[in-house]
Amino acid sequence: MVLIDEKKFLDIYRKMDYTRKFENQVMSAVDKGEIKCPVYLSIGQEAISSTLSVFYKPDLIFTQHRGHSVYLAYGGDIGKLIDELLGKDSGCNRGRGGSPGIQDLGIGMIGHHGLIGENVPIAVGAALGDPSKKVLCVFGDGAAEEDYVFTAMGFAVTHKLPVFFVCEDNNLSILTKKSERRSWELTDATKAIGMPSANIPDDPFVIAEYVKEFRNNLPAFLNCRTCRHRWHTGTGEDGKPEKDRLEIFREELIKNGLEHKIYRTEQLNGVEVEKLWKEHLQKQ
Amino acid sequence: MERTLAETIKEITKKHLEENNGLIMGQCLTAVGWVNHTVPDCENIIELPMIDVAGSGIVAGAALVGRRPIFVIRFQDFINLNSSFIVDYAAKTKYLFGYGTPIFIRALSTEGKGAGPTHSAISHSYFMHVPGIKVCSPMTPGEYQEIWDEFMKDDCPMYVSEHRHSFNQTKELEDIILPNADITLYGISASRFNMIEAAKELEKKNIKCNLSHILWLKPLSLDRMIKPLKESKLGLVIDSDFEIAGASQSIAYELMKQTGYRVEALGAEDRPTGTYERYENGTPKVEKIVEKTKNLLKKK
Ligand SMILES: Cc1ncc(C[n+]2csc(CCOP(=O)(O)OP(=O)(O)O)c2C)c(N)n1
Ligand SMILES: [Mg+2]
Repeated sequence: MVLIDEKKFLDIYRKMDYTRKFENQVMSAVDKGEIKCPVYLSIGQEAISSTLSVFYKPDLIFTQHRGHSVYLAYGGDIGKLIDELLGKDSGCNRGRGGSPGIQDLGIGMIGHHGLIGENVPIAVGAALGDPSKKVLCVFGDGAAEEDYVFTAMGFAVTHKLPVFFVCEDNNLSILTKKSERRSWELTDATKAIGMPSANIPDDPFVIAEYVKEFRNNLPAFLNCRTCRHRWHTGTGEDGKPEKDRLEIFREELIKNGLEHKIYRTEQLNGVEVEKLWKEHLQKQ
Repeated sequence: MERTLAETIKEITKKHLEENNGLIMGQCLTAVGWVNHTVPDCENIIELPMIDVAGSGIVAGAALVGRRPIFVIRFQDFINLNSSFIVDYAAKTKYLFGYGTPIFIRALSTEGKGAGPTHSAISHSYFMHVPGIKVCSPMTPGEYQEIWDEFMKDDCPMYVSEHRHSFNQTKELEDIILPNADITLYGISASRFNMIEAAKELEKKNIKCNLSHILWLKPLSLDRMIKPLKESKLGLVIDSDFEIAGASQSIAYELMKQTGYRVEALGAEDRPTGTYERYENGTPKVEKIVEKTKNLLKKK
């Protein structure tokens, strides 16, 4: 394979690796008791927001509880995220929101209050209220089932609102599999009402193609099938994950001759993440 | 060995599902601890998708055709989304159409450990405001059996305000009436546990408290509650739900109206809850109950 957009894909990898390293620090802080509140880790799911952020630049971002990867990929203030997880007044929500409520208005990212899928109608309303703003709305496969989600997407179609809907489909709502909850895919429903939609794996190369196609044709919907590595809340794990997209993507980039650039990126990320965590933990 | 409240709920549920053709419906019932070990592994469990609006409508339909569903709301906060079919349908069919919609709504709550703004609500007061529904808050195995038997007696929906802090409870909580008590403390939900601790603290300071446990919020039966108040001539109703326009204020008012004695209320503060400890709200802490009691006695 010839990599056309080498720089862009390296950037995606940089973000994925950064997020993974960040989340590893979160895990260590949780395990040491430095973080005392529930955390919702993005480990395993980094590819989606990392790729989106390279190809789609929204003015407003609405996520749900599992938002660390979106926050980091879109360049949210990392120090404030660490402080929020540590429960400090200097955190991005002054210690009131914790991991599920993170926001950074500097990148247009609005905090999530904790009710699954409610960010979807809210995102649609924001796009209606200010049509000059492009919106990104990220939710999970559980949220996709909430009554108000499809209805709000339909409203976005009717009013041709510039919202990019993205479902991080990890096949789980807490620990209940999709097959135990429903027999349908949301993309079939959104296609039926005329919204550009696709149900794809969380492979950056595939996501990139669709984002490029959809971003000027909003509203649109991407359901990205991904794999959460850790428990719904906290740092525990149920055995080895089915796949590790970060690892797969890394191998592909290496096959494309990017080995040295990858090593360098990993090294720089490692140093930066560690330094930031150290600084912020010492500030405590 | 004594049965915990969680085991009691599980046994009652199992019997209902296996012997009454009953149903239990809710989200994520059969994963991660099976709702704090209160859900049995047996037939008639329906996993609802993440549908927090239509969900209670589906439950109401099942109730209409006689399945007497137990509807689990894993966090009381989600009741806001789920309440339309409860408030506007289940609670009204008896009045409108002559038949009830008996749903046993298990609304769980929790506090602390970062539960935060939308996973720490205790919302029984809302439902006291609604005609056509019974409201209670059982904290012991015996109380749970009592409310279940009551549910099975007629076709009225019932809002059961549960609190995870009570799930390991094995003992019953008895009222205490002391001669010459200074005050009667009334407790609702998890605040009953703090009320007991507060009474111990107050006793060290020679303040004698009657303790009265409130299980039924609606219909409210005042008879048992009035007797200790007549002795102490001063009362305080403590609740884990919000104080403002809530169960504590409402019951304090009823007690005052019936007896003419001063009764005040103490509940959660009128502000949202934050994630970290310093922003928590909810069940009044022991120290707060102690302080409030002392202040009331100064005015007596
Ligand atoms: C309205 C509402 N219902 C239920 C919940 C409880 N809850 C929190 S996260 C979650 C699972 C969400 O699954 P999904 O949307 O797929 O996100 P994921 O955790 O997999 O990223 C549930 C059911 C909630 N927070 N809000
Ligand atoms: Mg999911």
